Amino acid sequence: MPFIPHTEEDIQAMLASIGAASIEDLFDEIPAALRADRLESVPPALNEMAAGRLMQERAEQDGRYLNFIGAGAYEHHIPAAVWQIAGRGEFYSAYTPYQAEASQGTLQLLYEFQTMMASLTGMDISNASLYDGASGLAEAVLMAVRAHKSARRVLVPAAVHPIWRQVTDALVKNQGIELIPVPYDARSGSTVAESLKSFEGEDFAALVIQQPNFFGVLEEVDELTDWAHAQGMLVIGAVNPISLGMLKAPGQWGSKGADIAVGEGQPLGAPLSSGGPYFGFLCCKQALARQMPGRIVGRTVDMDGKPGFCLTLQAREQHIRRAKATSNICTNQGLMATAATVHLALLGQEGLERVAAACHANTRMLAEQACLIAGVERVFSNLFFHEVVITFDLPVADVLRAMEAQGIMGGLDLTPWYPELGNALLVCATETKTQEDIRKFLENLERIVSRRSSGPACTRLKPAADNPFYQNGNK
Amino acid sequence: MLIFELSRPGRKNLAQAPAAKPEANDIPAHLRRGDKPLLPEVSEMDAVRHYTRLSQKNFSIDTHFYPLGSCTMKYNPRGANQHAMLPQFLARHPLASEATGQGVLACLHELQEMLKDVTGMAAVSLTPMAGAQGEFAGVAMIRAYHVSRNDAARTEMLVPDAAHGTNPASAVMCGYTVREIPTDRDGNVDLEALRATVGPNTAGLMLTNPSTLGVFEKNISEMQQIVHQAGGLTYYDGANLNAILGRVKPGDMGFDVIHVNLHKTFSTPHGGGGPGSGPVGVSERLLPFLPIPVVAFESGRYRLVTEKDLPQSIGRLSGFMGNIGVLLRAYSYARMLGAEGMRRVADFATLNANYLMAELSKAGFDIAFPQRRASHEFIVTLKGLKEQTGVSAMDVAKRLLDKGFHAPTTYFPMLVPECLLIEPTETESKQTLDAFVAALKEILDEAHANPELVKTAPHTMPVRRLDDVKAARELDLVWKA
Repeated sequence: MPFIPHTEEDIQAMLASIGAASIEDLFDEIPAALRADRLESVPPALNEMAAGRLMQERAEQDGRYLNFIGAGAYEHHIPAAVWQIAGRGEFYSAYTPYQAEASQGTLQLLYEFQTMMASLTGMDISNASLYDGASGLAEAVLMAVRAHKSARRVLVPAAVHPIWRQVTDALVKNQGIELIPVPYDARSGSTVAESLKSFEGEDFAALVIQQPNFFGVLEEVDELTDWAHAQGMLVIGAVNPISLGMLKAPGQWGSKGADIAVGEGQPLGAPLSSGGPYFGFLCCKQALARQMPGRIVGRTVDMDGKPGFCLTLQAREQHIRRAKATSNICTNQGLMATAATVHLALLGQEGLERVAAACHANTRMLAEQACLIAGVERVFSNLFFHEVVITFDLPVADVLRAMEAQGIMGGLDLTPWYPELGNALLVCATETKTQEDIRKFLENLERIVSRRSSGPACTRLKPAADNPFYQNGNK
Repeated sequence: MLIFELSRPGRKNLAQAPAAKPEANDIPAHLRRGDKPLLPEVSEMDAVRHYTRLSQKNFSIDTHFYPLGSCTMKYNPRGANQHAMLPQFLARHPLASEATGQGVLACLHELQEMLKDVTGMAAVSLTPMAGAQGEFAGVAMIRAYHVSRNDAARTEMLVPDAAHGTNPASAVMCGYTVREIPTDRDGNVDLEALRATVGPNTAGLMLTNPSTLGVFEKNISEMQQIVHQAGGLTYYDGANLNAILGRVKPGDMGFDVIHVNLHKTFSTPHGGGGPGSGPVGVSERLLPFLPIPVVAFESGRYRLVTEKDLPQSIGRLSGFMGNIGVLLRAYSYARMLGAEGMRRVADFATLNANYLMAELSKAGFDIAFPQRRASHEFIVTLKGLKEQTGVSAMDVAKRLLDKGFHAPTTYFPMLVPECLLIEPTETESKQTLDAFVAALKEILDEAHANPELVKTAPHTMPVRRLDDVKAARELDLVWKA
């Protein structure tokens, strides 16, 4: 029997001990009318080999593409050691560390995770992870509303990830919390002070600032943070953890720093995997500790005075506080946090900075070269980091389909979310992309755009001899 | 030793980093990081050795019997893990076109179909990322249903006092006031109290079955009717589905919505506290409110159902479409079980629980509901032992660690004093269960002969009992150099 060890002899001995004639008898408290006879849609069992063959065929059907999509999930190199460690049964098949003495491995690792994330975001403390970045933003909004006490409205710029805004709305609206959009500046792509003016003097619990924003555009975080604090709002910084290898941490934004930092942890060791499992991180200032959702690990001592780790501040949580808990969260994403901790330990300061710099340099190169193609230009004038929006005179869906036929995932079509931008493509090239990969993208873009656009065709990409892109024999 | 204490300035691990650090001269200083983040500077081997050693300080299913009640800690088949980690599955971007995801979508669609069958519901959405998010989704759908009918007075969610803490917390997240329903002496929800509580304000009832007391709700059909007649909807918390998998379908009982914990019943790994997965199933009347995306199969193609198809949906609950990797593991596991294998799960989970209950009773332990059959779990109460010896349920739990067993769930449900909630699961052998009984018997003897030994346990773990009061009072949540 798959995964069941009982021998016939065991079964008989066990039934005899219970005093039951058959296993069927053990279900005699279930009213007969409620018992189901059979499962109609579950096929007969496959053994591991046959199930493996089936899954292999499904995986091969999907194939692999050269990927230039980012939009909240980024392809990065994951060191081999990350999942070999996280996949160890002692991490993989353990549960929430309720029995602290028998869970010091997970607990210490999560304490290290909290330390890394708090330092990365420049905040005082961190929790031990949430489900993902989008639901993490919702938890940050709930936390800000609890801390602010009077206001139940939160300012969320239109340049914040549109799916994150949808998820946040779905998770907070039933508590009467409203998300008020702030338009982005059509020219720069950023959230500018002028658009915030109309909200001055009103009661809002918080302002959300995503850096870089969904378009990859850099926001003037200092100015926005100081404005929100002057208005009595909290500041929620939504950040990509890789970017923090180079960009200012939320804790340093403006004169007082953001109050809560939240984000999608996927770039730290989680494979793209069609969308999950990923993990959310949430860090904050010390004063907000008791408003935090989710598991938190603390360092303490045992009865001999020896240092050790345990879950703490459990009085906030659903299993103690029930209806009065800060959140309904029970499980977090422990295994993903485990992978992230090993990932960050292997990268270190220098490695993280190099990854951030390489992602940015690759995307910058892609953007600069793409704009040399006739009819292709950037949509926004502001500085960008790691991701960029470009436009051309063709429906984006057509361009992406043509690229896909060449084995390339060319980016995200922004038309459904931001129709006002026209034909807008959000694209990124992480450190995983070689110069050859980027050239392949550009050649295909040029071919597709020039063949179909009514404008003058650009025959070749302009080869700039002094550009590192064309050095090392890449032509 | 923390990883930070192994760190040495200037030690680099460049095999894992890009070869160069290109200048980002376009980014102005005021937007750049001024300090270095506190990340360790260690070699690859340092990191591997450190985390391997940490792993060895954990109990896990792979190393120990883990009878944690209500958590269904059964064996996580390695095959399912390998199948979900195929390179093409891992590499696929969530926003890649549907045309390039037909393989993964086929797995997800078939999983939806199988879950529809085992739950007896009309439709399933796989997107909730954990049981608690499934609960949120279920309650949010109940709310959306009442709102769509302009039935705005329904502001109360009924929750039995034996429920998991996530139930009332989820109801509050959906804007409801929680009303607790007491339990009767046999461990059933008190029907009279339920009748007295329902009314025009009742939005619904959240029911865990078999309950956290380890028994099947005998009056489940009646409870349903009481709530439905009052205009409320009924929510089935499927946390304990392992006990009835393939034997009872909540949809057949008339429930409107259910969530299933795939990390319990479908054996996906618990990962030290997640990721989980909490798909929701609904009856016809809640279908328009399902969380998106859902996978549809039309004209031979799989596609994602979004807000365009379901304009009344409660919306999106995750950045993309839930914990896909967990769903793939559950799919592989379900295919390896097949229909017969699923029924066997319930059979042997129930056999193991009843056997363990019988053996512990014979060994002198007090069973909380001895007159009832155990479902897949049961409760031992150590109230008598505490009175006689001063040894508490917590002490016994800690002493079990010394004997090489993970402790059962302690002090939950809160209704039973000094309780151990024990769930052996179907993947444990009679020999393991016998060894567990022998260990508990030894502890019982120790509690009488040498109570201090038990009260000061554990004695063989990497640390002794921890001061959690100090942990909460003098918060130390991050390491400082």
